[in-house]
Amino acid sequence: MNTTTAGFVLVVVLVGALALTYGPFGDYMYRVYTGKRHLRVERGVYRLVGVDPEADQRWSTYLRSVLAFSAVGMLFLYAFLRLQHHLLLNLGFKGMEQGQAFNTAASFVTNTNWQSYSGESTLGHLVQMAGLAVQNFVSAAVGMSVAIALVRGFARKRTDQVGNFWMDLTRTCLRILLPVSIVAAVVLIAGGAIQNLHGNHDVTTLVGGSQSVTGGPVASQEAIKEFGTNGGGFYNVNSAHPFENPTSWTNWFEIYLLLAIGFSLPRTFGRMVGNTRQGLAIVAVMATLAIGSLALNAGFQLAHHGTVPTAVGAATEGTETRFGVPDSATFATATTLTSTGAVDSFHDSYTSLAGATLLLNMMLGEIAPGGTGSGLYGMLVLAIITVFVAGLMIGRTPEYLGKKIGSREIKFASLYILTTPSIALIGTAIAMALPGERAGMLNSGAHGLSEVLYAFTSAANNNGSAFAGITVNTNWYNTALGIAMLAGRFLPMVFVLGLAGSLARQQPVPVSAGTLPTQRPQFAGMLTGVAVIVVALTYFPALALGPLAEGLH
Amino acid sequence: MSTTTIGAPESPPDVPVSPEPRRRVQGGLLDPKQLWRSAPDALRKLNPATLYRNPVMFIVEIGAVFTTVLAIRDETAFAWLIVVWLWLTALFANLAEAVAEGRGKAQAEALRRTKTDTLARRLTPTGGEEQVPAPQLRQGDRVVVEAGDFIPGDGDVVEGIASVDESAITGESAPVIREAGGDRSSVTGGTRVLSDRIVVEITQKPGESFIDRMIALVEGANRQKTPNEIALNILLASLTIIFLLAVATLQPLAIFSKARQPGIPDTSALGANGVTGIVLVSLLVCLIPTTIGALLSAIGIAGMDRLVQRNVLAMSGRAVEAAGDVNTLLLDKTGTITIGNREAREFLPVGGTSDGELAGAAQLSSLADETPEGRSIVIYAKNTYGLRERAPGELTHARFVAFTAQTRMSGVDLDGTDDGQSASEVRKGAASAVMSWVREHGGTIPPETGELVDGISASGGTPLLVARAQDGAARVLGIVALRDVVKQGMRERFDEMRRMGIRTVMITGDNPLTARSIAEEAGVDDFLAEATPEDKLALIKREQAGGKLVAMTGDGTNDAPALAQADVGVAMNTGTSAAKEAGNMVDLDSNPTKLIEIVEIGKQLLITRGALTTFSIANDVAKYFAIIPAMFAAVYPGLDTLNIMRLHSPQSAILSAVIFNALVIIALIPLALRGVRYRPASASAMLRRNLCIYGIGGLVIPFIGIKLIDLVIQFIPGAR
Repeated sequence: MNTTTAGFVLVVVLVGALALTYGPFGDYMYRVYTGKRHLRVERGVYRLVGVDPEADQRWSTYLRSVLAFSAVGMLFLYAFLRLQHHLLLNLGFKGMEQGQAFNTAASFVTNTNWQSYSGESTLGHLVQMAGLAVQNFVSAAVGMSVAIALVRGFARKRTDQVGNFWMDLTRTCLRILLPVSIVAAVVLIAGGAIQNLHGNHDVTTLVGGSQSVTGGPVASQEAIKEFGTNGGGFYNVNSAHPFENPTSWTNWFEIYLLLAIGFSLPRTFGRMVGNTRQGLAIVAVMATLAIGSLALNAGFQLAHHGTVPTAVGAATEGTETRFGVPDSATFATATTLTSTGAVDSFHDSYTSLAGATLLLNMMLGEIAPGGTGSGLYGMLVLAIITVFVAGLMIGRTPEYLGKKIGSREIKFASLYILTTPSIALIGTAIAMALPGERAGMLNSGAHGLSEVLYAFTSAANNNGSAFAGITVNTNWYNTALGIAMLAGRFLPMVFVLGLAGSLARQQPVPVSAGTLPTQRPQFAGMLTGVAVIVVALTYFPALALGPLAEGLH
Repeated sequence: MSTTTIGAPESPPDVPVSPEPRRRVQGGLLDPKQLWRSAPDALRKLNPATLYRNPVMFIVEIGAVFTTVLAIRDETAFAWLIVVWLWLTALFANLAEAVAEGRGKAQAEALRRTKTDTLARRLTPTGGEEQVPAPQLRQGDRVVVEAGDFIPGDGDVVEGIASVDESAITGESAPVIREAGGDRSSVTGGTRVLSDRIVVEITQKPGESFIDRMIALVEGANRQKTPNEIALNILLASLTIIFLLAVATLQPLAIFSKARQPGIPDTSALGANGVTGIVLVSLLVCLIPTTIGALLSAIGIAGMDRLVQRNVLAMSGRAVEAAGDVNTLLLDKTGTITIGNREAREFLPVGGTSDGELAGAAQLSSLADETPEGRSIVIYAKNTYGLRERAPGELTHARFVAFTAQTRMSGVDLDGTDDGQSASEVRKGAASAVMSWVREHGGTIPPETGELVDGISASGGTPLLVARAQDGAARVLGIVALRDVVKQGMRERFDEMRRMGIRTVMITGDNPLTARSIAEEAGVDDFLAEATPEDKLALIKREQAGGKLVAMTGDGTNDAPALAQADVGVAMNTGTSAAKEAGNMVDLDSNPTKLIEIVEIGKQLLITRGALTTFSIANDVAKYFAIIPAMFAAVYPGLDTLNIMRLHSPQSAILSAVIFNALVIIALIPLALRGVRYRPASASAMLRRNLCIYGIGGLVIPFIGIKLIDLVIQFIPGAR
């Protein structure tokens, strides 16, 4: 079987597996978020933290809880990174210096997992496990909680309450993320990923050289890294490392893990708003965008220009031979479409147009299916914009799921879609205007520009993957990207929760023949179009000077 | 009280279905001269102090000023061409608004002429009269108005009856009767009393008269933005910010791209300092949603204008928008669904009477019956049996018995001299009354009579018995069936409503049986029988509690609470001031069917906005394909592949995009004023149609338009 056939099989099996889990897993999450019963361990957590899980919160209170929780998490992680040389299992590494610690703390709290450090040469096991891995869980859970709060805004009526953040957070961690991660870690260990607390081993390589190999609790971290769409690798080369991602079937499994929540949450959404077809429409849009993007990416990678790619049949540079080009393209597409950012190949080496599709995936706002929770709320915000224009065109005040989209809702939705492009474009422009930062690029010209654009797009959209090539461990980049990540994560959450609050207050409008049917292919098609056109229009000039300038002949 | 849902209404076989020809909702045509006349206003509107309210066009103006400065400093023909077209873009937008306002101003002028400075004759508390200028009248003042006088302000007639010429506001030249008490008591300031004398109690506050409001409305000067318009403005503003960012952040990227290839000579678009200001502004203006931004307020003004043209005054734009959202339409049966009164539709003889005999007796007995029902019997007899109408004077020896509420019969006593027969008495009236009359006169009732009477009642008609007493014996001749006549084409309209997702509820004072039969015939969804004003109010509240928007019409004072409660309350101009005050629209024609048109206008208003927004955004794709290669193909020759229109030169490409952007505004002014074509259809069908025309059209048309402009301007020196 050549790699193209293998890639095709991988994708087909992947789509099949995701389709199979859509219903059961989505329903399971629906029960998690709507169930009345608390587990004993959860009651213990609530008592410990001192919250009443039955007390629903207004959107503003929910938001304050999200922000406070994340702020505390970030401070804790920052301190952890700075002080690691005083702690156990530090493998002899120093504390991280200020800028990088800020960047890393921001990165993990925002579910971005941008890494300006190299894991195996910077961090000890304790920080990896108790610092980063903890944020891998809770940052994913925060995203899902916010998404569920928005869904409650649609589902509820005449209330100012959108749920209880502490309950959502606890249940997400304990009932969804933790159990699946444990199983996934075992599967990965079975596949050959390592799980130990060893330090460095010096080994002699085949050619007689000497190499230092770091052991560690890799499999457990790998599981939540993918499942929580985090992407922060234990090793610098991330999922390209054989200890993280040993074989092509673990590669498949990791792709599946990072897409599982994103593609199943629409089902949960459909169940919560009482119409599963609405969820189906959303997931159809996600799938269309994802498959379209993958086809483009793989197409560009396989349609080879240049001497070497033509000779070997594809643009193999920067890919692992054990995965091959199509599998790597699938991983790269999946990781940029979600907010994962894990990589099993070197995105900088992709052909320029294939690199452009990876950029575009993130520029879409990571909605297909996007990060845990953030993908769903991003898509729902776009749906609101689409409904607004479509609703006007049928001569009614636009409404989505019975909720009217008035000026307040449009204000929040507009601010949402404004935020990440602003951060990405302004960041890129400033970096390109500063001579020192331009020097950080590995390549000059259009490709260098792509590297910077990619870095800020990745940070603003909380993806965390890097085009690499660019030296980002400078104070400027650490700070700028850190701020981009924080703003790109929490500003949208403010708008989403504001939206949830104003939707929850409304009395739904009953459905009639005059209502725009948002569960039909027509609307799904329009939503897809709006997503693509809005993104294309926003980023076209920047893309033209980056990957397009390089890729068009 | 309850409404009853009717199961699948069937088309009644006896009513011929011939729908009224569909009138398309549209405004007047645009006269090209109007554009020219509005030009001075359009220039005045360039004033930043007013233009800032339209953020999109304000940015265009700032861009125009900026490029003007650049062009003065660095004179090239290309720069000046761009400058001119940028100013034209801003001007065209103002022109759209000015034209829309201009039409309203003409109407306002006509209305102002009616605001004569009449002196009012105010009654003093002591009973005397004093002369007061009309604007000084307060609420509660009473004024005397006599034949030939203008009524000084809005109010209610409290004394007397008069015919009033209301043509100033309704355009209808036939005078109308206004009288104290009842539902025809309201008068409007500026109208003229033609006969008699009335005393009017003023109900308006100074300066808030009907005509004042009408003028404010059509002038659109201080037009309040409607909720959807505000929401759309927010969306447009944020799109503008996105494009502003996309363009502004392009500059450092462009400088970087140029700097690494110092060998490439500067072009008119790109130099060592990056993209030239002229080109950057051109790109920005092309990208921001100028088309919809330019036409948005014209659309709103034109929408109100279309209402006024249909003689409907909306007190707020919000109400017009709400009309498009209405879920439930409450329609009064009488006058809206059926023609005013019941009419004779059938003669049913009993006991061996011939048809002709029954028709003759029915006609005779109705000659003196001046009620509409009575007249309809005479007409029916004439039309169906060719019985000539007889003037009451013709039967000199007849004694006519008028209808009274006590006897519930009318008729005629003949002494026989007129037609050479023996004396007879003919009676026609309510079944029970005539039956007892027959029994009193020693007659018997044929057994089938009761069945027929019940049958007519059950099917919603009113049975009237006709009987004759002759030679000492009375007998029932037959039955006249009176029925409500459903207006033609109503069923089709209700079907349309249903397709649009609007539920129609018929309101009637009839009993449920009658109501059901008419509701089925007319094809409404529900009906509310034996309705009292309280029932109406309760129904509206119930519908609203379920999240629905309700529209209704009304005229009487007892309708006022329901009119106020309804989301769209259309008061009839003939109605009382209380009703007009409570509703948020007034129909000057007092035509209850107008509600349906109002809904269509409300929808059309929103559709026009949505369609042009879609068009505006879709246009951007082509503009990118024109401008981006023009800017950067010099540094990255590969980008020339994006020049799929094969435009002549970078300058001609940029100029073509800017010119297209400006011209499309002018081209769409007629559409903005007229409104997008609206045909009632399901939401899906409507969306499909509008997406195809304005979405796909918006993608394709600029490619063609820009190419065509480029073909022409490539010969102009600055664009070569």
